[in-house]
Amino acid sequence: MRRFLAIFNARNLEFFRDRGNFFWNMFLPIFLIFGFAFAFSGNNDAQYKIGLSGQTPDTLEFLGFKYLQFIPYKAGDAALDKLRHHQLDMYIDFDAGNYYVNTDSPKGYIVERLLLSDRGQSLHRQSVSGQSIRYVDWFVPGVIGMNIMFGCIIGVGFVIIRYRKNGVLKRFKATPIHPAEFISAQMFSRFFIMALMCTVLFAGTNFFLHFMMNGSYLDLAFIAALAILCHISLGLLFSTRIKSQELAGGVMNMFIWPMMFLSGIFFSLEGTPPVLQTISRFFPITHFIEAARKIMLDGATLAGVMDNILIMAGMTLLFLITATLIFKWE
Amino acid sequence: MDSILEIKNLKKYYKEVKAVDGIDFSVQAGSCFGLLGPNGAGKTTTIELIETILKPDAGTILFQGKPIDHSFKNSIGIQFQTTALQEFLTVRETLELFAKLYPKKKPIDEIIAICSLEDIIKRDNRKLSGGQRQRMLLGIALINDPDILFLDEPTTGLDPQARRNFWQLIENIKNEKKTVILTTHYMEEAEVLCDDIAVMDHGKIIEQGHPALLLEKYFQGVILKIPSESFPKNPSVSFSFEKRNGYVHVVTRNVEKTIHELIREKVPIEGLKIDKPNLDDLFITLTGSSLRT
Ligand SMILES: Nc1ncnc2c1ncn2[C@@H]1O[C@H](COP(=O)(O)OP(=O)(O)O)[C@@H](O)[C@H]1O
Ligand SMILES: [Mg+2]
Repeated sequence: MRRFLAIFNARNLEFFRDRGNFFWNMFLPIFLIFGFAFAFSGNNDAQYKIGLSGQTPDTLEFLGFKYLQFIPYKAGDAALDKLRHHQLDMYIDFDAGNYYVNTDSPKGYIVERLLLSDRGQSLHRQSVSGQSIRYVDWFVPGVIGMNIMFGCIIGVGFVIIRYRKNGVLKRFKATPIHPAEFISAQMFSRFFIMALMCTVLFAGTNFFLHFMMNGSYLDLAFIAALAILCHISLGLLFSTRIKSQELAGGVMNMFIWPMMFLSGIFFSLEGTPPVLQTISRFFPITHFIEAARKIMLDGATLAGVMDNILIMAGMTLLFLITATLIFKWE
Repeated sequence: MDSILEIKNLKKYYKEVKAVDGIDFSVQAGSCFGLLGPNGAGKTTTIELIETILKPDAGTILFQGKPIDHSFKNSIGIQFQTTALQEFLTVRETLELFAKLYPKKKPIDEIIAICSLEDIIKRDNRKLSGGQRQRMLLGIALINDPDILFLDEPTTGLDPQARRNFWQLIENIKNEKKTVILTTHYMEEAEVLCDDIAVMDHGKIIEQGHPALLLEKYFQGVILKIPSESFPKNPSVSFSFEKRNGYVHVVTRNVEKTIHELIREKVPIEGLKIDKPNLDDLFITLTGSSLRT
């Protein structure tokens, strides 16, 4: 335990004293969050968006009005969620003979007036409520996820490969420390650093931007902790055999970039080709982002994101076991 | 004296290279043992096999008469030929880190005194000169108060002044009755520090023993060195000679008689040098090639 703590501390010092690295690790995500918050702050969408499902009647003039955009949906919750979050201004389910508006939405009010002006309609009013989601509310789980992904894969994977290449690992091999002790100290150090950084990042930006939070902070923290663990294990898996930093860089880029763009950090995967969506299910980061959004935006509980939790936990075990089996000091 | 280490028939082969090809030697407790040889001779491989960093393909290593086990790491201190440390730590923090990895340890202040680290103790471990860095690495090797200290080319790349300072540190450590195993390709270093040497080349030990006794064995007397160009093609002399690096070497016990013969052969005396044979000469004699190639 004393040996474990010694390595744990040394690694923490190494991280926090590396000012340049520390600065970039913190600054980039903050910059992204504020940057995107400003870039997408104005709601300059001139069109009104109306979701439709069921058999559309020909008699409704409303469907031909200008500046209304109609988007087909399968009947169900997806459209209602969008309505709650002001991503739709109205939802009409013709089969049920209902139209839905969000009572908190000014645009919804306007669209409802337009609909009622059409004498041909015979739909019943249903209402939902909910605050609008700003892009940044939706984006912040993505940035945190991205931070976890980079911080863990590079912070564990790349660093251990560097240690192996320059001889730090060999130096420790000459001491009585056990490889498992050394590796787990590295992992815990990174876990501690990432948990701290994610908390500071989230709390710091939340102070200014007041993200939408419909779920529990504890659940969010749990999901984040699991995601950190999962990515640390993935980083460790990368580090087990590779000797050169160049090769490591190449291999990691090959994984990190697809994860960046196919895990829904910057834009929703909804509507992308199914093959991309299938690929995205294999990335642990997708599951974190999805679960975090469900908790923050939809107010889901842990039970509500159990799929994501189980998948991440399974991946963590798989990565860890494989990594310990094939790890080499040299 | 007891031998603290006994190495028998040790072998390590890489695909094409027989890095260590069946060597035997033993190291006396409290002595300084030198492994000598040019680059690629197999010195590093040999001591890393003993340190259990590498696994041998064959052979046995006995520590105090018993096969080595996992607690062996607590009894040895290692200074690698090349190494790296965790960054952004001061010299003191680095020493403390390593101290915590061992059950038994020497107080840091003693390490500081032995390795004269006072001036650099608060410095970032990356911002050290070559000599300072070697002293810190020696400090790390001594942190567990080891019985055996392994030093792999500790003075390679140091300037002569720093090298001499380092030798002084090793002398102090020898005075503490520690066993030191040292590799070097500086023969002078071995002459100054070692009680026993083994000369290695191509993975084999080609000669071993006490340096002075080895010199006795191979060179009876002194070496006369005459520039080749002033040496006649087929002289009629009673002594044997060898050509090396632009000089003709003559080993002799009777300098006067040899010089008389040279003068008789009209060899000019101006360029002539008289040297005491040293390990460099021994090495050339043993391997037929110069060390510093
Ligand atoms: N990991 C390795 N793989 C292949 N060959 C090696 C390896 N390590 C050392 N060698 C070879 O073994 C020989 C002995 O090397 P080494 O023990 O480092 O020599 P020295 O320390 O005397 O300079 C060299 O020819 C070297 O190229
Ligand atoms: Mg070497």
